[in-house]
Order: sequence, then C-alpha cells, then structure tokens
Amino acid sequence: MRLTDTLRFARDAATGYPMRTTLSVLAMSIGVAAVVILTALGDGARRYVVAQFSSLGTNLIIVLPGRSGTGGFNPANAITSTPRDLTIDDAGSLRRLPGVRRVAPLAVGTSEINFGGKLREVMVAGSTAEFIPIRNFEIAQGQSLPEEDWNRGSSVTVIGAKIREEMFGNNPAIGQLVRVGDRRLRVIGVLKSTGQGLGMNTDELVIVPVSLAQAMFNSNTLFRIMIEANSRDAIPGVKDQAMDTLKQRHRGEEDVTVITQDAVLATFDKLLGALTLAVAGIAAISLAVAGILVMNVMLVAVTQRTGEIGLLKALGATARTIRLAFLAEAAMLSAVGALVGYLLGQLGAFALRQFFPVFPAYPPDWAVIAGLSTALATGLIFGVMPARRAARLDPVQALMKH
Amino acid sequence: MSLIELSGIERRFLLGDTTVHALAGLNLQINAGEYVAVMGPSGSGKSTLLNLLGLLDRPNEGTYKLEGRDVTTLSPDEQATVRSTRIGFVFQSFHLVPRLTAAENIALPMTLAGTPATERNRRVAQALKDFGLDQRADHKPDQLSGGQRQRVAIARATIMQPALILADEPTGNLDRHTGDEVVNLLEALNAKGVTLIVVTHDQGMGARARRQLIMEDGRLKADLQQATMPNLAQISG
Repeated sequence: MRLTDTLRFARDAATGYPMRTTLSVLAMSIGVAAVVILTALGDGARRYVVAQFSSLGTNLIIVLPGRSGTGGFNPANAITSTPRDLTIDDAGSLRRLPGVRRVAPLAVGTSEINFGGKLREVMVAGSTAEFIPIRNFEIAQGQSLPEEDWNRGSSVTVIGAKIREEMFGNNPAIGQLVRVGDRRLRVIGVLKSTGQGLGMNTDELVIVPVSLAQAMFNSNTLFRIMIEANSRDAIPGVKDQAMDTLKQRHRGEEDVTVITQDAVLATFDKLLGALTLAVAGIAAISLAVAGILVMNVMLVAVTQRTGEIGLLKALGATARTIRLAFLAEAAMLSAVGALVGYLLGQLGAFALRQFFPVFPAYPPDWAVIAGLSTALATGLIFGVMPARRAARLDPVQALMKH
Repeated sequence: MSLIELSGIERRFLLGDTTVHALAGLNLQINAGEYVAVMGPSGSGKSTLLNLLGLLDRPNEGTYKLEGRDVTTLSPDEQATVRSTRIGFVFQSFHLVPRLTAAENIALPMTLAGTPATERNRRVAQALKDFGLDQRADHKPDQLSGGQRQRVAIARATIMQPALILADEPTGNLDRHTGDEVVNLLEALNAKGVTLIVVTHDQGMGARARRQLIMEDGRLKADLQQATMPNLAQISG
C-alpha cells in the first residue's frame, strides 16, 4: 500500500470511531500539556529567582558574621567560638584590597518614621554612599548619602519611593526633617521605585549613615559587608583576600563567612533546575500512562475490526501492510494528542504569564522537545504490539467473526 | 493445463482431543472458464475447500497447483500477492468496510496493491458504470440495499481482473429477486472467461452451474457435469 493511502486509511479508521479516538487523544494531550505547563512553572521559578539575585548587584561578594559550614559540633567550639562582631573598621580594611571597586558596610534594623503626625514602621539600612551603586539603586530626587568618614554619620537619610509617598504625599520631601526612632534626620534623597525585590523591599527602606544606624540600634556589629569586585575574574581573588584580611584582624580565627553572588546563584540555579527536571519526570509518567491508553485503545480496535482485518487479508493485504496501517493509526492518535497538548500547554503557560506578569513562565525548549518526542515514541512503541497482533490474525478465523 | 489442480489434499482440525477431517484425500481439477457449484450439507468441507482454494488456509497434506504453480509452499506474503492478483472473493455477508464509500470499497484491492490513484479512479468509474452503481459511488454501505451491497462486493472482487472468483453463499442474505440478479451478474462474468466457483446450499442455484461438486464428510461424493450444456470437447471433435 502507498504511504498516502496508508495514512488516509489510518485517518479514516481513527475518525470512524470518534469516541475512543477523542479519549485517547485527550489522554495524550493532557500528558503533553502537563509537561509543558509544569516545566514552564519550574523554569519560570528558576528564572525569577536568578533574575532577583542578579538585581542585587553585579560581581558581588558578601561577608557575613559567623562561621557557617564544616566542622560539626564540638564542645570546645561551644565555649570558644562565639563569633566576633563584624565592625565598620573591618569593612574599611577591605577597601584597600586589590581588585575591589566598592565596599559598603550594612547594618539593619526596624524603627519608626514620623513626620507631620504620620507614623510608620520602616526597615532602616545603615550604610554608606557606595551602598547605592553596589545594589544598583538609583536616586530619583535629591542626592545620595554624603561621602564622609564612615564613623562620623551625619543626620541625613535617603528614603524609599513608597515611604516618600505615604509620608509626604504631593509635598516636596527633600530638605524636610523627619524623626526616625529617637533621631531627627534631614531627607536628602529619594530612591527610584524598583518594585518587589528579594529579601527587602527597597520602596519601603530608609537608608541612613552606618554609624548613625549602629548608634540607633545600640550595636557595634554589621549585618553584612558588601564588596563589589572590579570584574567577574577578580571575584575569587577578592574573596580569598577578604577572608585572609578578616582572619588576621580577628586574631587568626575564621569567624566570618564570605560568599559570592555567583555561588548563591549557581546553587539556586542548580536547585531549581533539578526541581524542574523532577516535575518534568512526574509529568512524563502521565505520558507513559497515555501511551498505555493508546495501546489499550488499539488492542480494542484490533478486536473490533477483526472481520475487517480478515477481509483485508483476503483482498491481498500482506502482514506488513496491516501492521503499518495499525501503527500509522497509533502514531496518528499520539501525534494529534501531542500537538493538541502542546497547544494547550502553551495556552496554559500564556495564561500563567497573564495572571502573574513578574513570573516568566516559559516552557524550556528541552522540555517541549522531550515531551513531544516522548509522546510520539510511547505512541509508536505501544502501537507495535496491537499492530503485530492484527497482522498475525488467521484470515479464516477473522472472516468468520464479522 | 487446468487452472486448479488439487491432489491428495488433507485438512484436519483438532477439536478438543478429536481430530476432524474437514477434507480427506481430495483430488480435483478445474479448468479455466469453468462454472462450478460446490454443494453438500453443513460440515461437509465446502467452506474449508473454498478457503483452501482462496489461499486463506493451508492443507496439512497434498499439493495445490494454481495455474500450474504449486502455491502451497509459498510464503504468506507471496500467497497475499496471489490472492491480490488472481483471486476475487464474494462473501455471504458482503464484508464491506462500513466507513468507506462504495467507490472506496471497490478500490480497496487496488489501494492495498499500491495501484496509482489515477489508474484506480479510472477503473472504479468503469466498474461503477458496469455494475449500475454510478449513482451510489459516494454512499456508505449502510445507505445501500442488500443487492447493491453485493454488487459493490462483486465489483470489488473483479476490480483486479482475477482469473478465479470464489463466492461463498453469495445469495444467502438476499431475497430471491435480488439473489437472481447477483447470480446473473456472476454468470455474466463467467461468460467473459472468469472461472467461477460458488459454494451454495441452494439447489436451484447449484443446478444452474455446469458442474456440480457434491461433498460429504470432507470427500467428493459426486462430480456432475451438466448434460444439457454442450461440451466444448464434443463441439470441437
């Protein structure tokens, strides 16, 4: 039989039984749609997190107090290794390292901001002028924190866009005196709105000089030291040197942790990539189930059409012709199912993006290709057995079954 | 040379633990152009004989020569080719594919054989005209009367221009009038030189054949040549 005739014959056979054809196409399309949507979700989460981390700043190295990681618990540690505080001087010592472009100490706490009878709880970040370029913030109005001795701390503040709106409304904010905690501070700048960020919402942030923040919270320690390296290549060197410098300053004790943004990013990337794969694997099970369903449907088709198979044999069809006709039908069911599922999946991903615009729910190419080819492959593999059974039927027996 | 030559054909079936001899020691020769009716009670081996002649079944012993060629030793695929090109089947229950139109049913043997579409359409159009089905070309089998269905089946059986037509109770599901029409059609094909072998219960129909094979218990009980029909040998001699 010619290929076009085989395909037409298979198509007519499939459309001749609309109910079972619809059901098996539906099963296959649900499987493929599940793969597309779930991987879109998983990969969307990965992209979202990666984008958020990238927005923290570029070539970033972060120093945190305390030792994390190896060593395990040891009774001696419990007594001796109370982490030494990270101080402003520690941060200052890192500025002189080669390969370092900017350093910003960071102390955080919550306090209240008060202006014109309005009171609001805010997150206070104590830092320096360099904090703003390191974190890729931009000044919308006024100016940044002054370049001054880190230990001095003028009574000024840079406030987030949302704070400005809530406290001042349409009135000018620059130059006004606000009360933060027990201090009176002059507003010298307003940050540009950045929307929701990872960890802290910059729109609701109040930035003050670092020594002022420490005084407000009555503490000498820093929450973080942020270092920006000159280039991506300089990151490992700066990381090692920062560790060495701080170890020296802390009398040879490694009581700080230095992480690079790249490492954090890579960890999240790996984690969420694995999650996407796991989700794809779960969706693949539904594809296998759909494949088995196609096999079941084809086995029923062989039984239903036993008389027809006998007739085809009597009319001179070879076993190969019959095998191909049934295989083509199985392939057609899974191909149409895969296509419908792909469209459904893309539609679902599109709907997700419409409802959650910040969430980049695009199915990755590998998942789409793997989903479609798994669907076609299972359809074909599970189509072989029914097709062989059809081809092996005894024509005399088959004709009697009509 | 005879068209069909059966010698020492045995066909046994195992039913439970008893062996049934559906055909036993059958020797038979049928010449090209003959019109043969195979008759006999149920279980006498008529259908088994027809299946064997149609290469749908294989004998346990003996040889079957079709057009001088031993076809019992052919591979299944070679037998399929012989069925496709040399043998046409007409069944009691028509055996039309319900989802295909009359024209597509008639074209089915050519489709299976891989005949090009243009050639197929030409021959189907001719067949539809010959069998008075031109108005019914696009009808599905369930939209056709019994007689029309059997006409479609006969058109399908002849579309590959076979040497041999095997008809199994071709009028069994038809009333007398349409049955007669179908028999006339088959006899007209026979008059054009196609060998016709009909299995039937119907005495009247059997009597119309020039040669009657009466079967009983898998053996040939009688082989009657119709006296009324002039023998070709006598005419030429």
